[in-house]
Amino acid sequence: MSAIPNPLALIAELTHRCPLHCVYCSNPQELESRTTELSTADWCRVFKESAELGVLQTDFTGGEPLARTDIVDLVRAARTAGLYVNLITSGLPLDEARLDALIAAGLDHFQLSFQGANEETAEEISGTKTHAQKLRVLEWLKPRRVAVTLNFVIHRRNIAQIPQMLAIAKSSSASRVEFANVQYYGWAVANRSELLPTRAQLDASLETLQQAQEKFRGRIRVEYVVPDYYAKFPKPCMGGWGRKFLLVAPSGEVLPCHAAKVIPGLSFDNVQRRSVREIWESSEAFQKFRGQEWMQEPCRSCERRELDFGGCRCQALLLAGDAAATDPVCSLSPKRGTVDAIVAGVIRSAGPPISQKIDWIYRTNP
Amino acid sequence: MTETPTMPGPQSKPRLAPGCRLNDDGKQPRTLLMPERALRLQGPSLEIIERCDGQHTVEQIVAELQKIYSKAVPEKVAEDIRGYLRLLHEQRALDFQ
Repeated sequence: MSAIPNPLALIAELTHRCPLHCVYCSNPQELESRTTELSTADWCRVFKESAELGVLQTDFTGGEPLARTDIVDLVRAARTAGLYVNLITSGLPLDEARLDALIAAGLDHFQLSFQGANEETAEEISGTKTHAQKLRVLEWLKPRRVAVTLNFVIHRRNIAQIPQMLAIAKSSSASRVEFANVQYYGWAVANRSELLPTRAQLDASLETLQQAQEKFRGRIRVEYVVPDYYAKFPKPCMGGWGRKFLLVAPSGEVLPCHAAKVIPGLSFDNVQRRSVREIWESSEAFQKFRGQEWMQEPCRSCERRELDFGGCRCQALLLAGDAAATDPVCSLSPKRGTVDAIVAGVIRSAGPPISQKIDWIYRTNP
Repeated sequence: MTETPTMPGPQSKPRLAPGCRLNDDGKQPRTLLMPERALRLQGPSLEIIERCDGQHTVEQIVAELQKIYSKAVPEKVAEDIRGYLRLLHEQRALDFQ
């Protein structure tokens, strides 16, 4: 096997605590308790070791990273260690003083999530009244020097609101806006039948987004992610297993991605017991799907195997029952019919009037 | 919010946008860091970015690089620089004042 490249980014999943209860959340349904969270000192060491390993950027995420009372210290430690610091947040709990402290500590990039273009949708999707706070945060960000991205999480219930979402982005100081269609892991799987858009809705949204990309060129970078159930080929998940990213979970376990715990039989190392370098290079979980020896047909002899690595291992497990199988969203997968059936089910059920109450499964708080 | 021109004129002064910066001093390879991107810089790209400090005009950057790359066709150097600045502007890595 060729030498293992250095990771580019550390996903620091600081906590699973969160004030929101989004029905699309990709955290595992088995959330980690607060009592097992890593200490400030542990995280500081993880940042140093990651930077030494060649990591350039860290994403502070969760749950809600602002739920950590030491978040300003963590930002400072990551920046001091030499990392570019991204904060992936719902925008609460936050006030202007805390925002100033985060920026003074070295925060580079503030990525704010939106659950809808209005309070009603946001409340239905997140189970909380937080939309007004997000709009306040946008005002606070305007006079402050930090990169700003707005992340609109897209699904059937809000895909028609893209024009209003673009208006929110336009009136903010964001240099980048991402329209990220829900991907089906964690809590999103439980709510999938209500979240997956129809093909027609997706196509209409793509036209709107492509026009917006042109209109905003030079002012705002408009980016989007389509639901891969509608793709012909799978996404190159995480840039390949154990190639570019490492995720440290709240308790210190190190995963190749946020969903990896759905795969049975994987054993994960913990930063409290081994160094980041040792884990990256020799952890059983990381080695499991590196290279190409693990691939089944058709991936094994497919000309795309170094482009998309056979897609997502976790999705292969969830949809085909086998983490080594071709990701079933791939048109070349013998199990593509599973995905077609899910999509067909969505078309059948995508009719109910908006006023009909949906029995959502809301994300709990650990 | 600054109104930024779409085409950088010769007197405009490029500056790295908020949240866009070089990696730590002395750390090789020199890299431009920004949201969801990391660009390795070497030779001309590094020399251009180092001058995007809100002080150098586009004209000055062109003149300085033409001096460094004295063997290259001057108009080609100018064209390449303007193209690179425009690309980074579209990526939202640069603002022009």
